Order: sequence, then structure tokens, then C-alpha cells
Amino acid sequence: MNWHNIVTVYLKELKDSLRDRRTLLSTIIIPTLVMPLLTFGVGKVMSGVIRKAKEEIPSVAIIGGADSPAVVAALKKSAAMKIVATPADWKQAIGDKRLRVAVEIPAGFEAGLKAGSAPAVKVCNYSGELKSENGARVVERFLSDLREQTIADRLAEHALPKTLARPFEFRRENVAPPEKVGGNLFGGFVPYLIIILCFSGAMYPAMDLTAGEKERGTMETLLCSPVARVDIVLGKFLMVLTGSLSAMCFMLVSMGATAAIGGSLMMGGGGATTKVGVGVAQARSTMDVIPMIDPLGLLGVLAMVLPVAVMFAAAAFTVALFAKSYKEAQSYLAPMMIVVIMPAVIGMLPGIDLNARLALVPLLNLSLVCKEMLSGVWHWPYIALIFGSSCVYAAVALALAVKMFSREDVIFRA
Amino acid sequence: MIAARNLTKIFRDKKRGEIRAADDVTFRVQPGQIYGLLGANGAGKTTTLRVLATLLAPTSGTATVAGFDVVREAQQVRANVGFLAASTALYGRLTAREMIGYFGRLNGMTDAAVRARIGQLSAELDMDDFLDRRCEKLSTGMKQKTSIARTLVHDPAVMIFDEPTLGLDVMTARAIVKFVRDCRARGKTVIYSTHVMSEVEKLCDVIGVIHDGKLLAEGTLAGLRARHGEQDMEEIFVKIVGGEGSA
Repeated sequence: MNWHNIVTVYLKELKDSLRDRRTLLSTIIIPTLVMPLLTFGVGKVMSGVIRKAKEEIPSVAIIGGADSPAVVAALKKSAAMKIVATPADWKQAIGDKRLRVAVEIPAGFEAGLKAGSAPAVKVCNYSGELKSENGARVVERFLSDLREQTIADRLAEHALPKTLARPFEFRRENVAPPEKVGGNLFGGFVPYLIIILCFSGAMYPAMDLTAGEKERGTMETLLCSPVARVDIVLGKFLMVLTGSLSAMCFMLVSMGATAAIGGSLMMGGGGATTKVGVGVAQARSTMDVIPMIDPLGLLGVLAMVLPVAVMFAAAAFTVALFAKSYKEAQSYLAPMMIVVIMPAVIGMLPGIDLNARLALVPLLNLSLVCKEMLSGVWHWPYIALIFGSSCVYAAVALALAVKMFSREDVIFRA
Repeated sequence: MIAARNLTKIFRDKKRGEIRAADDVTFRVQPGQIYGLLGANGAGKTTTLRVLATLLAPTSGTATVAGFDVVREAQQVRANVGFLAASTALYGRLTAREMIGYFGRLNGMTDAAVRARIGQLSAELDMDDFLDRRCEKLSTGMKQKTSIARTLVHDPAVMIFDEPTLGLDVMTARAIVKFVRDCRARGKTVIYSTHVMSEVEKLCDVIGVIHDGKLLAEGTLAGLRARHGEQDMEEIFVKIVGGEGSA
């Protein structure tokens, strides 16, 4: 092994890759844009859609209620909904989104209310449809208020205090630090993103440096030089690894910046977060703390990702090397992405906990341990086992890459 | 010097079975000599040259290039060889200067030596105008000059040319032929493979006719003419390979 040659090959590949638009796109541009786009782009579109749905006054049809004029009048008086004439095909109308909700008032409802045993009111909607769900919530809130009012009236009628029906109040308060809340919320998502970007960052340099070179005829030119093949593989491999790690680093920096900006916006323009934090659009309104990611946990994640990035780089390099052309390499590596995503997705699922057996499953082990580390849980024996096994997998993948590069039938595959 | 002894290269193909691309090939090339390896497409020229350039390992037999064994001392062989083929392309995203410099450094030259050598080659090959242009933007002639400079950057003792004029226009092909002659004039050992008879007649001191992996005949142009009673190289070639249907 000659380090001068390895560095020479690496620096040339780095320069070459920095001039390749496809590599730049996959290692720098997409990783940098993915978080701002998800947060501010998709997030903005989603919140816009939700806001619009909430702003809409839902059209509500009343079925029955002829013997409950007071309830019908109260419904008609409510500013939160628009009572429309009940169409004959009201079920179809809800399905066609011409009508949001239908409220079915059973016969004798008002009389039953007075007697103390009113039959149930039915609220019909299009389950899962945003505006219809919203309309159902409005009607349910009206009915809930009506129920509260009925209780209050009955208590007043018997000169009883309001506390009889509601003897005490309670409220929920988060006591976990923001890092733990963030870790719990994003612990599965962050490793998932890191794994995907690490692999996609390795994919394009791997294809360009192997199959791409074969296709362009530069591989034979390079092999004519008096450099050992192992040096060529290592120089090229280091470039693929650079692509993988840079995709991850750009994504993390972009994520931090997005969180800082997002956090700052949520704090009302001031008090930018000093730690790497990830906020969600409604975090402040739904919980009394802005979720953050523990920097120590993030450092741990980076350390755990290193051998996996080596494995990705070596595996992508080996597979792409087998191909004769860039296109063929793409058709081999694209399905590999599914293999990479699957364990990452499984790791995101709630209820799957790390154990000794799962600690040996590549990628799934990374996903699970990262989730724990970001939540502030440090299982050192598992961490050591996962790091060790990932290093072994990485070494095997790299050895395979060197072996493949020495095979004439792979390099000169016709 | 190049010395090949009983060089054999066998490929194994799932459909076609065993293919003897080079079969017991023996020849020698002296310094200051151009050895022409003449053969039809698929005759075994490229395989033989790739074995000599250590890109492929021989199945059996031996060869030494510039005194080094192609199997045991592959890196030393490559350090003494300049290999130019139609299939050895340039890095499109590098400039001509970067391309030549890269191969200089891979050959163990210092940055100062690389700079000096690029200056020298650029003057010799008239490359000053496009030295800092990316290879993908160069014309075919400019690319060929850059390839020549790439093969010469480490001043190798042995030059291997594998159909270097394939697909080139007349003027660029003539420049290549001139460059090959220059190599001989500088005392380099040259092996030149082609299927173009006129190039062999113009260039080669010794001609080896290869067919189905076997070296069927060898000699000077005059010797081959006398042996086969023909003046035209094409007729001689057809006679050697056993008639029109064999090529």
C-alpha cells in the first residue's frame, strides 16, 4: 500500500467529482435542501391546507329534529357552521364532498333531554377527509357545549354548585428536558434520514468512479499506470466515502440551520436556540417545550454512522464495479436502496427495542441504537457490539471491493 | 526490449466455452525497432498487448518487458511502458495539463518534474493553446496529442500501441504514425497492432501475423514478400491466414 498513490488518486477523484453535476446534486445540493424543503416547503403547504380547512365554515345538514325545535334553532344560530337544506341523497352528498356533515337528531330528543334520558345524536361524516373531519369536530363541540349547558341548568335548577359535576380540575405538564422530548420525537426519523442520505451520497460517486470510468474508457488508461490496484481501489473508495459523509454532514448542518431558524420563528423572532434543535410547526402550541436533539446524542450517532458509511461506500463501489455502464450500475444500485430503507423503516416503528440479536442486524442495529442515543439512553454493551459488528461488516465489504477490482472478468467484462 | 515466450491467454465464456485469445505466442522486439502485430478483428492482438501491459495475466507462458516479468514485476513493467490504444480515453472533466500531471504523479514524479515535463511535451507536441482546456472540449486531434503526452510523461522505454489510429481522420492518423516513428528514432522499443496493411508497410521493421490467437508468420516486409511471392501486404496476409474465408 502506497499512501502517495492513494492520496494522488483520491485528490484527482475529488477534483473530478466536484466538476460532476450529478455527484454534486446527490452529495451536496439535495442533502442541503431536503430539511428546509421538508420543514418550510412541505410543512408550509401542509399547514396552509390545514388552516384553509379549519377556516372553512362546514355545511351541515340536519336529519330529523322536527320535535326538537330549540336544538335545531341553536344549531342554525351557531356561527361555526352553515345549516343547509338536507339533500335526499345526503350520504352520497357527503361522499361527493358537496356536504361536510349530517347531524341526525332522534325523535323525542328534546323531550328526552328534559326527562333526563335523551337518545344518542348521530354525527355522520366522511372519515379521513380533512374538511369533513373538521366539520364533525365543530358539530361535536356544539353538542358537547349543549351537554355542559344542560348539566349547568340542571344543577342551577336544584340550587347545586357547579363543582358537583366537576369536583376538580387537572392539567398535564411536561417535565422531560427538551433534548429527551426531541430524542423521543425524532429519534427514529433522524437515523432514517442519515442512513438514506449516506447511501445516496455514496451511490453516484461509486457509479461514476467505476462503471462510468469503464464506459468512458478511462479505466484502462488508469490501469496502465504503475499503481497497485489496491491503491487505486482505496483512493476511489475514499472518494465514495467522502460523498457519503458529505451528504450526511450537509444534511445535519442544514437540519441544524433549519431548526435554528424554525425555533427562532416559533419563539417569536428572538431567542435563537443555542443547541442543535428540531422544531415542529405546532410544537409550541401542543406542548410547553420546543423539542431539541441532544448534541451529545448526535455526536454518538455520527460515530456510529462512520463504519456504516464505510460499508455503504465499499458495497456501492463493489456493485457498481460489476456493471459495464453507468445505466447498468444504476439498475443494480437502485434496488439496493430498498434494502437500505427497509431496516431503517423498521427501526422507526414504535415498540421495537434493541436486544443482542438485533444488535447484529446491519442498519437495523444502527437505527435502533441511534434512536436510544438521541433519547439519552446509552446501552454501552450494545453500542460496543453494534460498533464492532459494523466495523467487521465494513472491513468485509472493503476487502470484497479490493478483490473484485483485481478480477479481470469484472474490470474487462464484455 | 520485449520478449514473449509461449504466451497463452484463455478466457472462459459460459456460452462459447474456452476461448484461446492468445495461443502459444512467441516473439521478441529490440530497442529502436517497431514490431507490427497484424491481424483481423478478434485475432488476439489486443489480448496479447494487454498481457504485455500487465492489464491481463497470462494463463501460461512468460513475457518480459524492459527486463521485467509481466506477472512477478507487473508494476515495474507498467513504469516502463507507455500504452496507447483506441480504448484508453481521457478524463473529460480534467484539463489536458491536469490529465498529463495526474499520470506523471502516478508514475512517481515530483510536482516540479511534472511541471517541467509538461512544458517540454507541450512545446514538442504544440499543445500550448489547449493545455488548460477540459479534455471533453478538445477536438479529436487535440485529444490524441494529450493521450500521446500522457503516455510519454514518464519517458518509458517501451511503447505499446493498440490500433491507435482506429476511427481517426487522415491528418490525425498521420500525426500518430509520425509519433510512432519518432519513438523508434529515440531508441524506444515499439510494438504496434493494427489491421491496416498500409500502416504496417509504412512503419514496421518486423511484422507478426496473428490469427485465432496464433502467431502464424513473422519476418521483415521484404522477407514476407519473398517467402510468399507477393508484393501486396494484403495478399500476403490472406495467404498466411489461409484464404479469404478465414479472416
